[in-house]
Amino acid sequence: MPEIKRPLSPHLGVYKWSVTMTLSILHRMSGVALSLCALALVAWIVAAASGTAAYAVVTGLLTGWFGILLLLGFSASFFIHLGNGIRHLFWDAGYGFGRATAHKTGVITLAAAALLTVLFLAGVWS
Amino acid sequence: MAEFQLPPNSRVRPGKHFPAPAGASNVRRFSIYRYDPDSSENPRLDTYEVDMDSCGPMVLDVLIKIKNEIDPTLTFRRSCREGICGSCAMNIAGGNTLACTQATADLQGDIKIYPLPHMPVVKDLVPDLTNFYAQYASIKPWLQTRTPAPPDQERLQSKEDQEKINTPSACILCACCSTSCPSYWWNSDRYLGPAALLAAYRWLVDSRDEATGERLDELEDPFRIYRCHTIMNCTNACPKDLNPAKAIAETKKMLAARSH
Repeated sequence: MPEIKRPLSPHLGVYKWSVTMTLSILHRMSGVALSLCALALVAWIVAAASGTAAYAVVTGLLTGWFGILLLLGFSASFFIHLGNGIRHLFWDAGYGFGRATAHKTGVITLAAAALLTVLFLAGVWS
Repeated sequence: MAEFQLPPNSRVRPGKHFPAPAGASNVRRFSIYRYDPDSSENPRLDTYEVDMDSCGPMVLDVLIKIKNEIDPTLTFRRSCREGICGSCAMNIAGGNTLACTQATADLQGDIKIYPLPHMPVVKDLVPDLTNFYAQYASIKPWLQTRTPAPPDQERLQSKEDQEKINTPSACILCACCSTSCPSYWWNSDRYLGPAALLAAYRWLVDSRDEATGERLDELEDPFRIYRCHTIMNCTNACPKDLNPAKAIAETKKMLAARSH
């Protein structure tokens, strides 16, 4: 009998997104973003250590539109990761696994992250 | 690394359209994944218009009506039609559930039906569950003891101890949870998935079982249990309202507790 190469059934493209699923991928993405943003901070410090000219170049970059974009992403990522991290701590202790509870804590995390990001940036630019 | 795109032989093409019979007033449209292993063609999405006035209330009723009256080539698994055999698990309107307990009235608009996600497809809505069953067998889902059984009675347990295994024992192995899990999609070769882990938990907390240590040894692995990232799709999908995510978390706690 010839071997049949079976097709793979659709997955990511057909599965309905839920709050919990969305936050899970956001947690990972914000973690990666935070690592990358930390590199920008390191670049700034390295520039400061290597001289006035290098420091001026990096400071110029970080205070321009690129820096604003970076700060926006950095702070949003930070608050998403912080909020969801707290959620994960409760899960690790065995709490918050009810269907409705997990949905609710997810919504709260998203709302809190949005609010804290706005408040933080308002503080920075006030 | 996770492969997000479907392989070329798996991409779904538009399929045939079966219009509603003349005079039908209460029509709903069902788009159903079709794959014929006897042809060399890619899977396709056939659309059936069904007169709901002459159809039962559940998605399984629709599938049976289509097979009986519209297109006898449609293939799917079903048996008990009351949510206890787990045969008719499939992806309905974006979520995994049992066709026999999913009312069409609870779904909005046109309804898309696919086989359980990220599985090899045998035909139409029938996935190959070989790996899923092998994973279940791998957790040794039976009572393991070292002490001899009492000569004059069964191995008894208290009512409280029985209650610990009541809920996880209610799993019907329909595979809705495991195949809803993105971690399982990307790592089903090494990650056991929520169904097998829920079964493992059921035996870990059984007061009569005497292989708790060995069972935990088997699970302590970066992939077998720790690919669970609490995405919660399993618990959201379970048609029996069980909580595999919680069972996995409790198992992780048992693993953490014994390493101190």
